[in-house]
Amino acid sequence: MKNREKEERKKELIGGLKDGAPIALGYLSVSFSVGILAAASGFTVFQGAFMSLTNVTSAGQFAGIQVIAAGGTILELMLTQLIINLRYALMSLSLSQKLSEKVTLWQRFVIAFANTDEIFAVAMSHAKSLTFPYLLGLEILPVLGWTGGTVLGGAAGQLLPPAVSSALSVALYGMFIAVVVPAAVRLRPVLIVAVLAAVFRCVLYYVPVFSGISAGISIIICTTAASLIGAVLFPVREEAESGEN
Amino acid sequence: MIYLSILSMAVVTYLIRMIPLTVFQKKIKNIWLRSFLYYVPYACLTAMTVPAVFYATDSFVSACAGVAVAVVLAYCRRSLVTVAAGACIAVFLVSLF
Repeated sequence: MKNREKEERKKELIGGLKDGAPIALGYLSVSFSVGILAAASGFTVFQGAFMSLTNVTSAGQFAGIQVIAAGGTILELMLTQLIINLRYALMSLSLSQKLSEKVTLWQRFVIAFANTDEIFAVAMSHAKSLTFPYLLGLEILPVLGWTGGTVLGGAAGQLLPPAVSSALSVALYGMFIAVVVPAAVRLRPVLIVAVLAAVFRCVLYYVPVFSGISAGISIIICTTAASLIGAVLFPVREEAESGEN
Repeated sequence: MIYLSILSMAVVTYLIRMIPLTVFQKKIKNIWLRSFLYYVPYACLTAMTVPAVFYATDSFVSACAGVAVAVVLAYCRRSLVTVAAGACIAVFLVSLF
């Protein structure tokens, strides 16, 4: 009986590792550009890697690096993370509904660490209820890929020809576009919210009156305003939500 | 100081992920809050991309090429990696000229 349980746990772990491998490969390339950006913003390779290992959040780190480079305050930094990463609260909430009953409290503390957009998406598309070994397996490789890519980007970034590093700097934006465009094509409200966010951000960016507003605060304002308008105009029914990811 | 900044980011991000998984086991019923949270990623990613992406590369033209290729690939529902790689290659090719 004990042996069978052990066997089962091992199978779950391996299943998770397999599902996590492609995410890790994707992260390796995307975090390369995080490493380059960090290095270009005055971070050492170790500082960049430390940030990737402890944060594991593309959008949050991306904004965080900009805020730190601009000399923003800790409060501004934390607010930026709060708003940008608020979506993880919803993901963690959904994830908690799909967890196996066997998952203990301390295991939840561990799983929470790397609940990224992509890991969440794969976990929610998993056919069975989620066990701790599976989720652990699913998260390990992407975290390593994310951190490793940041190290490579930070270390090799300066060695690369300018044309190459210039090209790699759009990788992260490419990933953002890959998340937004398909949803915007399929769902009109998402398209409207995205356009609103872009317009707001451009207004704050280009209109001289607003030039005192930092990038971090501006992103918070634009995200909150566009999402609020979206929520008021197009409240989301549950069916639409579960069709996502 | 920089480590304090990085750790403060990490703590906020971890708490956001951890609290709903451990404390709030019940589903959020409030439709406005649910909807707001639903739109946040799209609004946020767009606000971070526009207009910053157009100044990310060595020239405005190469950035436009990268964006155009990324949008087309994303429209065709290509994977995250393909879209990111396609954008990079487009920027690289344009900046050769």
